Amino acid sequence: MLIDVHAHFYHQRTPRSDWRERNASRLGAGEKIGITVHVASILGSFGLTSPTYFPSPRDVTAGNDALLALQRAHPERIRGYACVNPNYTAHARAEIVRCLDAGMIGIKLAASRRADDPLLDPIAALARERRVPVLQHIWQHRRHDWPGQEASDAVELCTLARRHPDVAFILAHIGGGGDWLHSLHAVRDVPNVYVDLSGSGVDGGMLEACIESAGVSRLVWGSDITMDTGWAKLRYLESQLTREEIAAIRWKNAARIFPAGAFPSD
Amino acid sequence: MRVDCNAFLGAYPWRKVPGTSPEALVAALARTKIDVAWLTHLPSLFWRDPTAGNAWLCETAKAHKGFRPVPTVHPGLAQWEHVLADAANAGAPAVRCDPLYLGIDPAGGEMRVLAAACGATRVPLMLAVRLEDARQRHPNDRVAELPAAAVRALIRSDPDVRLIVTHADRAFIEEVHFGSTPEEARRIWWDICWIWGPPEDHLATLLETIGSERFVFGTGQPLRLPENSVAKLDLLDLKPETRAAIESQNLAALATGGDA
Repeated sequence: MLIDVHAHFYHQRTPRSDWRERNASRLGAGEKIGITVHVASILGSFGLTSPTYFPSPRDVTAGNDALLALQRAHPERIRGYACVNPNYTAHARAEIVRCLDAGMIGIKLAASRRADDPLLDPIAALARERRVPVLQHIWQHRRHDWPGQEASDAVELCTLARRHPDVAFILAHIGGGGDWLHSLHAVRDVPNVYVDLSGSGVDGGMLEACIESAGVSRLVWGSDITMDTGWAKLRYLESQLTREEIAAIRWKNAARIFPAGAFPSD
Repeated sequence: MRVDCNAFLGAYPWRKVPGTSPEALVAALARTKIDVAWLTHLPSLFWRDPTAGNAWLCETAKAHKGFRPVPTVHPGLAQWEHVLADAANAGAPAVRCDPLYLGIDPAGGEMRVLAAACGATRVPLMLAVRLEDARQRHPNDRVAELPAAAVRALIRSDPDVRLIVTHADRAFIEEVHFGSTPEEARRIWWDICWIWGPPEDHLATLLETIGSERFVFGTGQPLRLPENSVAKLDLLDLKPETRAAIESQNLAALATGGDA
């Protein structure tokens, strides 16, 4: 079994005229790689009617609806994260409840508000109550603000994780740009932060550093928007680790932090 | 047959990278079923005289069956022509010059003279757009990325020069390819290591719009996992002859001076 904990799909109300092709490409590549389940999110309208990382409540709902439709269309392959904008607390909490009740299995926080902001506490409390993980978009060592997003880094995520020790937080795309060593130093002693291996980065030494810092038991596999790099990292790990360690990264760690029954043979 | 035209030996100054020794590279090649690696001495890219690593590189390559040296040339240093001649005499498949790491104008006079000399000696000139993702580089690693305009200028500067450009992404490749005449574009080969696969499908798109004959297998190892370039090809539904062209035959054609 192989769980991709960091996938995205597109829909009609995004700037991507090729949204169908991209979705089909993800599913087709997933077949080749052997992905059992794509745990995915849709970030609102991806910029069409509100910014990707600051989606309006209306776009949040529309994006989540599109993902629920995909989940219904591919019940064996796709599971959803409820994507929310924490600046709209009531809407965010209601949207999480609605989407989890409809079968989603996690919460996606992108970059609408810093991870250590108190506005994230009601969302983390809901994650604890519903026993679902939170996938937090991370800029690995944010040295300054980047346009278009209020990105968080690992130190900020760890601050939130320490306030909510019973919630599993997934640090997004360790290979997704920025100084991953900075993140790995930060997560070392925060046991409820899991490292998602996705991202376009395939740096030599990065996976060794992940294992040294978080240990095999806190690594989860993902692809984000470059599935070839995800597969490459998996192949490399398969050449270095035991069968049991690889199983942990492929799916067992994910099965531990997502709700029971979220995956086929779980 | 699989040939990696974009590999390195030796330490990287900006972070700890495992697998930089010849023995480790041999193991990585075996792991990823790469038969031959074209190699540059990585530390010397950062030295004032980057050619100082060439002798070790050539000796090391001689001692390993699958290694081919790609020596570095600095056209701003006196007698650089000897380095080029030595490389040609040693049977090097290419020479490398990364002008921005040397602090020289990437499309300036020194690079144009080097391009002309490479054209005259029929030795391909290799350049990297980048070595690492700009977002993660060490705070003191401030060398700019190679601009696409420089590649266009170099290919226009000499009718015989042939370029191998590594670590380029889709936008860069499209800008240069469609910003060149068909004759100019036929003298540029692109390594696939930085081109995205699915779901964005940049590599599949480029193979369709530009043609598989322009692409060569490269990895950027050990700075990058060589598994990535293999995975990219495995994710495509390529005809065996197309895959063979990318993995080795386009480079073989380049080495003999012709097009694939």
